[in-house]
Amino acid sequence: MRKILIGAALSALALSSPAHANLNVFACEPEWGALSHEIGGDKVSIYTATTGAQDPHQIQARPSLIAKARTADITVCDGAELEIGWLPMILQQSGNGKIAVGQPGAFDATTYVHLLEQPSRLDRAEGDIHAAGNPHIQTDPRMMLPVAKALAARFSQLDGANAAYYAVRLADFNKRWSAALAKWTAQAAPLSGVNIAVQHHAWIYMENWLGLHEVVPLEPKPGVPPSSGYLAEVLQKLQATPAKFTIRAAYEDDRPSAFISEHANIPAVTLPFTVGGTDGAKDLFGLYDDTINRLLAGLKK
Amino acid sequence: MPRYFLLPIVALLFAASPAVADEASDLAAIKAQLKLMQHDYDTKIHSLEVRLARAEADAKVARMAVAKPSRPAPVAVASNSAPSAGQTFDQPATQVATPAADEAPQDVTVADNTPPPPPAAPASNNAFNPGIAAVLNGFYAEASRDPQKQLIRGVAQGDESGLPPRGFSLGESEVSFAANIDPYLSGFLDFSMQDDNSLSVEEAYIQTKDLPDGLSVKAGRFLSGIGYLNERHAHDWTFSDAPLPYRAFLNSQYGDDGIQVRWLAPTDQFLEFGAEAFRGDAYPASGAAHDGIGTYTAFVHTGDDINESSSYLAALSYLHTRAENRDTNGNLFTGNDDLGIASLIYKWAPGGNPTVNNLTLSSELFYGREKGLFDGNAFSQDRFGWYAQGVYQFMPQWSFGLRYAGLSTSDPGAALIGSPLDDFGHSPRAETALLEYDTSEFGRFRVQYTHDQSDLKPDDEILFQYTVIYGPHGAHRY
Repeated sequence: MRKILIGAALSALALSSPAHANLNVFACEPEWGALSHEIGGDKVSIYTATTGAQDPHQIQARPSLIAKARTADITVCDGAELEIGWLPMILQQSGNGKIAVGQPGAFDATTYVHLLEQPSRLDRAEGDIHAAGNPHIQTDPRMMLPVAKALAARFSQLDGANAAYYAVRLADFNKRWSAALAKWTAQAAPLSGVNIAVQHHAWIYMENWLGLHEVVPLEPKPGVPPSSGYLAEVLQKLQATPAKFTIRAAYEDDRPSAFISEHANIPAVTLPFTVGGTDGAKDLFGLYDDTINRLLAGLKK
Repeated sequence: MPRYFLLPIVALLFAASPAVADEASDLAAIKAQLKLMQHDYDTKIHSLEVRLARAEADAKVARMAVAKPSRPAPVAVASNSAPSAGQTFDQPATQVATPAADEAPQDVTVADNTPPPPPAAPASNNAFNPGIAAVLNGFYAEASRDPQKQLIRGVAQGDESGLPPRGFSLGESEVSFAANIDPYLSGFLDFSMQDDNSLSVEEAYIQTKDLPDGLSVKAGRFLSGIGYLNERHAHDWTFSDAPLPYRAFLNSQYGDDGIQVRWLAPTDQFLEFGAEAFRGDAYPASGAAHDGIGTYTAFVHTGDDINESSSYLAALSYLHTRAENRDTNGNLFTGNDDLGIASLIYKWAPGGNPTVNNLTLSSELFYGREKGLFDGNAFSQDRFGWYAQGVYQFMPQWSFGLRYAGLSTSDPGAALIGSPLDDFGHSPRAETALLEYDTSEFGRFRVQYTHDQSDLKPDDEILFQYTVIYGPHGAHRY
């Protein structure tokens, strides 16, 4: 037993010794991992804690995540309590002071944009609400610009030697992103003013961006799965105010959307929600290419 | 705005003074002229109002959506490096910071250059008040035999090793206070209220936040890190009660006053070492032996993802304790208690997404020895226990679980025939089935059926339980 322990400890030390030239980034969600790559290039090593198939609200604080957080120089997360169910446990168990809340190694994207839907009343009777506001900012690509800028500044702060590199990457990203924004906005013009139903109330920023109009969410309260009674109410609402289609994130249970799609006779559109959510959403640009394409396809059906 | 309304009045005064001197016939002309002026001003004011509204709307849009990448940097850079403190839009502070800036351009800069307003202060923790959370529990039990009289044969049981009584009972309610003390320490205090109205400090500890190299230290009263379930509060257990070996060997769970050091290795594979020293006052220890350092423990945890959908955690733990006159229902034990625990936990969730379906399998083996004097008789007894359980969430909010647990103890010797250490040739075991409905992650209802054979005659027990948590509640362990 003792020999095994000493052996394990020694191998741990051996593994830890290679010097890390790069910033170790612990990205909570794929979109922030992708943005970290856009800004950090090959000067950062990125570990993305979740995939597009996972609900970022509900992640198990698995041992692998704790081990990765232990060696991270910076966490790049959404913030606004999106990760409140798992990240605090990982931070605590990682014993890594660099990424503790409030340290330069803790980066929350939602700090750099104006959050909508800040609740005036905090009560768990309202469901899974976030005190700071709706955290799902990545559904609007315009949000990436201020976040990218702040992230480049943060990378430079932690890794001054490569500040110029990050600045160049940022400038390049801004240029490409602004061009892409113009393209997406033009492509999405037919979506303006379109009525939609959403599974989880997670698309407010996208609705804002494209001028979509949310008629009804399929969840009675945020994070509360719909009962059949509630879905009947939704159908009634959709009869009064028809929606063109219903949308859900790829990670979400497809049953409520499928039910509404069948009974209200409208298409069910599945959106990537984040990088890797669908096959088309391979990187940050692909995320919005695929989102727009799928929305437009929903319109045509 | 009032400025613009003043203008026509001033103009009127100027116009009025000569008018008094002039003939009354001119009055009409002047009035007409005034009307014209007023109209002129009104139009100007209106157009200004429109422009102002437009500017305000533009500023709002700019603030809400995106800052232009080409926008001048200084304000944003400052806010980037200190996102928390300096970002509030304190008027006086702004004025002090930029005394020379003349007003009009400043307005424009603020509109265009405003970094996004900081998120509203989290209202979950009132300013610097600690996060206060409460856990409420309620039971209703029916049993074929009185659960309070059921013994676990072969073991000198502690006072918290039993099952809930028949009928309604409150179980254990908890109130906890958690907060950061400063950048280096956090504190946690947890009161537990038993249904007999006795209050106890279940945990009260400080914990380091900022030690280098993956080290962390905890000191005070806390639940030992041995095993898998021991560290978890009762409301966090997957079944309503602790598995049989925990009840028999650890009085459901071992917590005491002491210190814990953990070190997390900087490896890709999760690998954590821990060691603890305790006062040795709580079962299985007693009497704070060895000048108040009666218990030592050590544990190692490792775990990883197997693939996208499954992961595991494995642990080896060891506890050594000295008991001085440990009193269990009048029986006194003085001696050493050694206990080793091997734990394996496997979790499965399709694609790593546990929201719809997920499965947790866990099993722990206990092997230990008590050696010393029991009611004055020298003895040495080997003890073995194990349990295996599985809980499957078959649809959102609903899960189903099964557990099997067993114990065996060696013959304590002829002098202790008929004592609690005598198992009467019976190996205690228990089979449990569970159905759980979660109203949310903060509320849950359980029905648990146990065929309990810890005593010589079996007891069938059905248990209804609710558990709710309110207030800010920390994230859950794996």
